[in-house]
Amino acid sequence: MSGTPRTGAPFIVTSRTGDATRPPMEEGHTLNAYLASGGYQGLRKALTMNPEEVVAEVLASNLLGRGGAGFEAGRKWSMVRPNPVRYLVINGDESEPATFKDRMLMERDPHQLVEGTLIAAYAIGAAQAFIFIRGEFALGMERVIAAVNDAYRHGAIGANIFGSGFSVDLVVHPGAGAYICGEETALLESLEGKRGYPRIKPPFFPAAIGLYGEPTVVNNVETVSNLPWIVSNGGAAFAALGQGRSTGTRIFALSGHVVRPGNYEVEMSKLTFRDLIFDPELGGGVRGGKSVKAFIPGGASAPWFGPDQLDLPLDQDAVGKAGSMLGSGSVIVMDSDTCAVRAAWRIARFFHRESCGQCTPCREGSGWIDKVMRRIEDGQGREEDLDLLMDACDNIAPGVSWPPAQTTICVLGPSIPSSVAWSIRMFRDEYLLHIKEGACPCP
Amino acid sequence: MPVSVNESGIPSEDTVTITVNGKQIAAAKGEMIISATDRAGVNVPRFCYHPRMKPVGMCRMCLVEVSGPRGMSLQPACYLPVADGMEVVTDSEKVRKAQDGVLEFLLVNHPLDCPVCDKGGECPLQDQTLAYGPGESRFVEEKRHWAKPIELSDLVLLDRERCIQCARCTRFASEIAGDPLIDFFSRGDSTEVAIAPGEKFTSYFSGNTVQICPVGALTATPYRFAARPWDLEQVESTCTSCATGCRVVVQSSSNQVIRYLGVDSDPVNQSWLCDKGRFDFEAHRAGSRVTVPMVREGGELVECTWAEALRKAAEGIGRAMEVASDPSSAVGVIGGARLANEDAYAWAKLVKSVIGTDSVDADLGDGLPADAVLGLPKATIDEVCSAPLVLVMTPDLRELAPILFLRLKAAAQSGRTKVIELTSVGTALGRYATETLVYRPGEAASLVAALFADSDPKPLAAGMEIPPIAGVAASDVARTRALLAGFSSAVAVVGRPSLAESTEATVAAVAALSAARPETRYLTVHRRGNLHGALDAGLAPGILPGRVTLEGGRSTFAAESGWGRVPASTGMSTHEILRSAAQGSLGALILLGADPVVDFPDHESEKALSGGAFVVAVTAHLCESARRADVVLPAAMYAERGGTTTNFEGRVTTLGKKVTPPGQAWEDWAIAAELATALGSDLGFTSFDDIAAERTRLVPLFRHFTPHIWNAPSTRDGVLLPLATAPVGLTGAPRALDPVATPGIGSLPHHAVRPPSPSPLFAGTGTTGPSGAVASPGAVRFSRPASPPDLPAPDAYSLRLVAPYRLYDCGTHVVGSAHLAALAPVGTVRVNHYDLDRLGASTGDTLRAVSPGGSHQVVVEVDDEVQRGTAVMGFNLAVAEGSVSARSLIDLSAPVTDIRLEAHR
Ligand SMILES: Cc1cc2nc3c(=O)[nH]c(=O)nc-3n(C[C@H](O)[C@H](O)[C@H](O)COP(=O)(O)O)c2cc1C
Ligand code: SF4
Ligand code: SF4
Ligand code: SF4
Ligand code: FES
Repeated sequence: MSGTPRTGAPFIVTSRTGDATRPPMEEGHTLNAYLASGGYQGLRKALTMNPEEVVAEVLASNLLGRGGAGFEAGRKWSMVRPNPVRYLVINGDESEPATFKDRMLMERDPHQLVEGTLIAAYAIGAAQAFIFIRGEFALGMERVIAAVNDAYRHGAIGANIFGSGFSVDLVVHPGAGAYICGEETALLESLEGKRGYPRIKPPFFPAAIGLYGEPTVVNNVETVSNLPWIVSNGGAAFAALGQGRSTGTRIFALSGHVVRPGNYEVEMSKLTFRDLIFDPELGGGVRGGKSVKAFIPGGASAPWFGPDQLDLPLDQDAVGKAGSMLGSGSVIVMDSDTCAVRAAWRIARFFHRESCGQCTPCREGSGWIDKVMRRIEDGQGREEDLDLLMDACDNIAPGVSWPPAQTTICVLGPSIPSSVAWSIRMFRDEYLLHIKEGACPCP
Repeated sequence: MPVSVNESGIPSEDTVTITVNGKQIAAAKGEMIISATDRAGVNVPRFCYHPRMKPVGMCRMCLVEVSGPRGMSLQPACYLPVADGMEVVTDSEKVRKAQDGVLEFLLVNHPLDCPVCDKGGECPLQDQTLAYGPGESRFVEEKRHWAKPIELSDLVLLDRERCIQCARCTRFASEIAGDPLIDFFSRGDSTEVAIAPGEKFTSYFSGNTVQICPVGALTATPYRFAARPWDLEQVESTCTSCATGCRVVVQSSSNQVIRYLGVDSDPVNQSWLCDKGRFDFEAHRAGSRVTVPMVREGGELVECTWAEALRKAAEGIGRAMEVASDPSSAVGVIGGARLANEDAYAWAKLVKSVIGTDSVDADLGDGLPADAVLGLPKATIDEVCSAPLVLVMTPDLRELAPILFLRLKAAAQSGRTKVIELTSVGTALGRYATETLVYRPGEAASLVAALFADSDPKPLAAGMEIPPIAGVAASDVARTRALLAGFSSAVAVVGRPSLAESTEATVAAVAALSAARPETRYLTVHRRGNLHGALDAGLAPGILPGRVTLEGGRSTFAAESGWGRVPASTGMSTHEILRSAAQGSLGALILLGADPVVDFPDHESEKALSGGAFVVAVTAHLCESARRADVVLPAAMYAERGGTTTNFEGRVTTLGKKVTPPGQAWEDWAIAAELATALGSDLGFTSFDDIAAERTRLVPLFRHFTPHIWNAPSTRDGVLLPLATAPVGLTGAPRALDPVATPGIGSLPHHAVRPPSPSPLFAGTGTTGPSGAVASPGAVRFSRPASPPDLPAPDAYSLRLVAPYRLYDCGTHVVGSAHLAALAPVGTVRVNHYDLDRLGASTGDTLRAVSPGGSHQVVVEVDDEVQRGTAVMGFNLAVAEGSVSARSLIDLSAPVTDIRLEAHR
């Protein structure tokens, strides 16, 4: 079994699988501890290679993006428009309910993030990089800023890094409290000092027209945190872990009605959701020995799964084929006592509150759906509300399938049906019971 | 290079072919799907898209199915550019469902205000819901509530409940107007259009946001609750509140002018209007309107019949003609820029042949002389805005010609056009100009000469610093000179930058330019609406209709087949007429919609009306000058009469008559005809058509310009005279007005929306005047003065005065429009804080201004936009009790006005 917590801090795992050289959790954020455990060796090594070779290693590792869309990092880098100015932006806005793995990486292992960022900057030829951190992450912000300052002093950032001739500056930018700024193009708008409105793709693919109109790579915190290890150990070593396209290890943020909620770093594809939830060293099973009623495999945006999907492997393609996504790597478990209506409503309410308001279907649809869901949960529902909800979902994400079609600008809108429509599909009777009894029937 | 153009008006090498609903159509490379479908007559519903703004793809109303690498998908037609071979489906079940869905979502929080909403009946949300939306509402929840309405400014109110967050208004404010005062606040379905606390939406262009708001969220105070759309009638017309000549529709209800909306005229205003032009319709029913003729009896103006007023007027004029040997020294006529071209022609005939005086001047000492306006090679607005380099020597265009400012701003921002601005005070255009050189007032000519000199400015002696030129650092001159040298053909926008400097100073600058670069073409901007038309009709000394000199036109007009007689020699200008009247040498003075007492830049202007001349005021409003007249003849104003008008490009467009004049007010041409009769003569005009017929017969400039042409639907964007040949094929469809771009503008069925395109018929007649193809031998030519005027050396204790125009001033239209009058600033003397500190004074203090016009009290204000050594005071503004306006400080006969500020004792 992989993913044993090494630090005594329960339920949290940060170590690269099988890598006993990582510093202990408590002081892992300091430069000394990081250096003592071999920190910045990946960067040093990368700087001895040429950038194309670094890209080649990452391509060989088949590292998939950990921010949600799961796009191959190396391929993303290769697609950046040739241009004298390129930017690298690290997405640390992590605001999806139940997703908390980037937070831990920033609080506990900020130098790994900084080192990964620098490797990525070198690989794509960026002279300026940004780490955009969710504004509420006070400790993470403090530690990443300290790490960046220490790394500057250490000669790892700035002009002529480690005497290699490569220079890059790194700026830490605090977010201003909007979930939508985690969406990469809204993030770029926000970074430019504008309202966090997602841009329309096409034409605003960051790799073509990104920050200030220049080609830009946006990568997730966890994605780049893998880079020091990949460069040090080689892409092939990373690709040797996992299976198929899902290589390496991945941190799953496990939450909900499990005995041991927390971040678990496990090898991809090898374990199933059942393993993750029930392994005594991992989730430790459902609270009170109850059964799993449903679970969300990839964050609040992802369509729900039922118990019959527990044996799916933690594999991006397998989950995709089954009609949902690994998304941000957060797994939310609902036990048999959970009110499906209430759970779906709470998620719908989140998206309502976080809709940026730019496009009509999401701005108005999210509010409407929130109100109807709440009414049903409060026992004021009508039978026709279920068709209404399904149709409203259809008007946001035509066809209501996953990956979604969309009438909206970004994918926040089509994330609303993931809880609402899927819960109706899975638990229609429970909805009808709310309506019939005029109250929530759940304990 | 000639480009071939296909039937859609797209140059063929830029054409791609797309399939729309199975039919192939041509589209221009790079254009959005929606403009291609519009041209093909396929309607795609939309809210946020506006043809004159960058698309944002926000409302999602325009979703259509488009082919792509992964098959057909829903894409915003307003945001996706066409690509060759692209397949577009606008009428599938999937599209219909998406449109229905978006409309249902839009209505979720939209209040049921239609019965009380100004937009009801002309609302794109109503209309498109009817055409594309759900029949019934499934929304049973509580709607969002806001306090309503809130004031964004004195002119614009916002009802946030009705807002559909299309961002048309916010984009207009920031992108088009450059006044980013309103923006979205909060997020999701709490998003509201807002203004910073304590701020006001003080933009000269704010009314456009009301015009383009696709729902009733934005309303304008002058129109609010004034009418229901279905009661409105409309006619197309041209704004004459300044000389840009923006195209408008005039809308009325119950014979009252109720609203103007901007029409998208591609070569001129591209659908926008300034707030003055948009809202000054209230002047039609101002309390100051003169509706009955009046004559002076026992010192008082008393109402009388037309017959009596005309008899008295003719008597007074006749008496003046009798005693003098030359009518030009006996009778003076001031004004005419307020008239339609046809009115102006009738008046020119009355004045120059019946009365026989050449002392007539439509320019009130605030523009350029007629030979400059008519005689310089002309450039159109389009030519100015597509030139790589434009030299701008005007007052602040945002104050003088706001929509020309928007056009130039857009050109500069697009990177297409470099603007080089020569000015004495900071202007709104400065932000967009490549270079702004701030010269000492009055000294533009020496600056221009240095900019086009053969070499850079040199030091007086070796080793010495190079002295500034006209107050501009030599290095700035050198840099700009290098920039100018890189452009072979220059285009210049010129006008009188300040009323405190004489016309000669401006003319000298133009002369310097035309001497250095003879190929330069000019857009001469002047202030008064139809000044160009008045000059074209001959309402200036020394000229006759058709841009010809007295000599040039004599054979035609003095002939029996013409007018029978024309003045023997050049008469007096406005300034000379006023001086002559003040000295008591003028027998009669006719004011043709002019108010020289307050609206003429000379401290002595009001003396003209107490010098004993018999004064006839032909006016719509009882202005200061009319109050002192012997006879007041009530004239129709703007929307009460038809005809044509000519903007500063020389573009002739129609005026729409929409309401009847109040009381007994007459159209100006009719007053001219009746006055001629009273004088024992006959103009031979009993209708507009008579005037037009005579004009096409006698005036080569107007030869082919018949009412048939100006009324033709395809000439609505105007005609640049002269027309080389009689145009044919005028049966083209009328201009398509776009009721979603401008709600309320017309009743076209929405599937007939067409993007605006210039009428190809008259393309190519852009260049007129002496260098143009059809200039006649007697044409007015720009005469370069021998030398620039002598300027006094700046003295260390004086401040050189700049008196610029302000958009909102004490003119009759602003004062007569309650909502605008409140916006007019109070006139203060603005100076740099250094100069004020030196006097130990501060903002708000009353100081003594010692000026050529005498010693007067003025209120001062610190303004560090003003250069040291300069003082700025807007012209014709209201001032604090006991102090004077700029006019009282100015001596128009001096080239510049230097004033000294002194603290009071
Ligand atoms: C509504 C929305 C919110 C998102 N929030 C985050 C986020 O908080 N952090 C993140 O890394 N990616 C987030 N993403 C995904 C990013 O857009 C982007 O795909 C990702 O940062 C790319 O990094 P990766 O390729 O390394 O995964 C979000 C996407 C959407 C549509
Ligand atoms: S889908 Fe929602 S979050 Fe995304 S752009 Fe539209 S309104 Fe904003
Ligand atoms: S106020 Fe009108 S124009 Fe402005 S965003 Fe709202 S609906 Fe659009
Ligand atoms: S810019 Fe001039 S012509 Fe245009 S609307 Fe304003 S006043 Fe009228
Ligand atoms: S999204 Fe195209 S018109 Fe609004």
